[in-house]
Amino acid sequence: MRTHRWFALGLLVLAQAGYGQDTSIVARGEYLARASDCIACHSNPGDKPFGGGRPMSTPFGTLYSPNISPDRATGIGAWTADEFYNMMRTGRSRSGMLLYPAMPFAAYTKMTRPDIDAIFAYLKTVPPVHRPNTAQDLRFPYNNRTLLLGWRTLYFTEGEYKPDPSKSSDWNRGAYLVEGPGHCAMCHTAINALGGSSASAAYQGGLIPMQYWYAPSLTSNHEAGLGDWSIADISDLLQAGVSARGAVYGPMAEVVHNSLQYLSDADIRAMAVYLKALPATGASSAPTQAEVQDKLRLFPLGKKIYAAQCATCHGMQGEGKGSDFPPLAGNQSIQMTSSVNPIRMVLNGGYPPGTIRNPRPYGMPPFAQGLSDEEVAAVVTYIRTAWNNRGTAVTDADVNALRSAPLD
Amino acid sequence: MVLEHRTIGDFAVGRYVAGVVLCLALLIGTGPVYAQARSTVTAPDSIATRVMACTTCHGLRGEGSNDDYFPRLAGKPARYLYNQLVAFRDGQRKYAPMNYLLEYLPDAYLQEMAEYFAEQQTPFPTLPKPDVSPAVMALGQKLTLEGDDRRHIPSCVACHGASLTGVSPDIPGLLGLRTKYISAQLGASRYGARVSAKPNCMQKITVLLSDADIAAAAAYLSSLPSPPNPAPATEGSLKLALTCQSSEAR
Repeated sequence: MRTHRWFALGLLVLAQAGYGQDTSIVARGEYLARASDCIACHSNPGDKPFGGGRPMSTPFGTLYSPNISPDRATGIGAWTADEFYNMMRTGRSRSGMLLYPAMPFAAYTKMTRPDIDAIFAYLKTVPPVHRPNTAQDLRFPYNNRTLLLGWRTLYFTEGEYKPDPSKSSDWNRGAYLVEGPGHCAMCHTAINALGGSSASAAYQGGLIPMQYWYAPSLTSNHEAGLGDWSIADISDLLQAGVSARGAVYGPMAEVVHNSLQYLSDADIRAMAVYLKALPATGASSAPTQAEVQDKLRLFPLGKKIYAAQCATCHGMQGEGKGSDFPPLAGNQSIQMTSSVNPIRMVLNGGYPPGTIRNPRPYGMPPFAQGLSDEEVAAVVTYIRTAWNNRGTAVTDADVNALRSAPLD
Repeated sequence: MVLEHRTIGDFAVGRYVAGVVLCLALLIGTGPVYAQARSTVTAPDSIATRVMACTTCHGLRGEGSNDDYFPRLAGKPARYLYNQLVAFRDGQRKYAPMNYLLEYLPDAYLQEMAEYFAEQQTPFPTLPKPDVSPAVMALGQKLTLEGDDRRHIPSCVACHGASLTGVSPDIPGLLGLRTKYISAQLGASRYGARVSAKPNCMQKITVLLSDADIAAAAAYLSSLPSPPNPAPATEGSLKLALTCQSSEAR
């Protein structure tokens, strides 16, 4: 009986799918909106969600996210499902205007029509916010949207994700989530001078413009390449924000906080399967003569500071304490080519996000106020090169340049 | 910990199995494999360990530090500390390093942190004598103890308690803080950079203060000795000069 009732309910859901009114479609839309992390950009911190207006600094000027709440006058309350789908699929707004690629339409184009419809159904149910959109503030020539035609030719391919029948269903689901709603390539593929991400460099990492955090390569085992991580550790990192291999920090903490912590175990596992299977690329180059000299100079001071300030939590051998205090020995995040993240962690510290699975995270104190540029350079050089870590030395100037990096 | 390995199906290799596999891979030397140190020891499950990110600046038990701008937290009313943590997290109180640290922490956890520091009892520091003239100190004393009726400025003790150790649940104590910290907070309140929950009572007073008033009150407050009883006055024990406590605390 019970089974039949559920089956009947399933049919009912299917029957109503076209109207976008069914609560289960709204719930699925909420889930997918979280997977797509709409809220991060379309809400101004401290204001009502989805009202837009969040300023986003780019190398080309400041963009303001639009209002996507269902307010008829200033949001998307007057839009139809077809118009919303066309925008997500083609990167053209309702009026036909080309969208700036700060909107990850190059990823959202891979989503299925039912998924996009569900997101639209959900957005129709959130409280409307009456807030007229802020005009974009880009410098010449970037304020000319017709230039986007060139960008689109280079970096945008319209079309839904095509499953690879030679791969497992987990792999395909993971690929869909990572490449589509998750829009991971927005940060984890280097952004070039034209503000584009080249497919040939997919997931090979890059400095996030204006934020001064380095989004590590997801392919290289020298960075955040996940080839030698267990599926459990990858899943822990994505869903709980901490794992036995390391914790999320910087912009990734926001992604876990707003988006990934809400995904189901099955979806997180699928993403982990896909990420682990990304082909390994890149090898680290040998340290230069200058880097070797810097290491010899800074290592002893770094060792002293480490013993006094760091070893209580991270252990004398950099072994860490479970997933509470991440291990530093063998930690790719510390020894990768770019030293931006380890320097910033020492300067700014950080708490991983409080998540459903880890609501009371342990935290790392900031040391910007207590250590000089040379001392930070020394301790970062130490952790990058001790315990067989294969990183290179960093300089006082590297540290000094990051003291003024934005914290928001 | 068991849960971590619950759903991993075909890839079900526990941490130790993974370790063995790694070691084997290293022994047979197949390609670049990164041995990672693993600790089976986890951190103590205590709030004292969880707030170690705070104590580098605020002192091991929230007693403050030698830096002018890192205030004492120990013994301040829990609701006051919680309100500040939330205001930092949500950006109503602006100080980038604090805004950044707290950005993704949930209310319940901030409450736990606030309670921890509120419970700490540590000796008050000996602060340097403020280098100001007797006239400035006299103005500071007058504002602190009597206020200025003519300018409608209530005294500090009118709301922060006769012994200036604050009032539960949400009015902070003013002792054991350095001159520069107190004047920076009064200035930030006056200019709207430090905002408390509506009706933002403190700002109604700070907008009436001149630079000289702020310098005098800050110098006098930082010169006061440790109180015999550091506990905040109990809720309702003081008839406040203004009836505009943080409404959020009600």
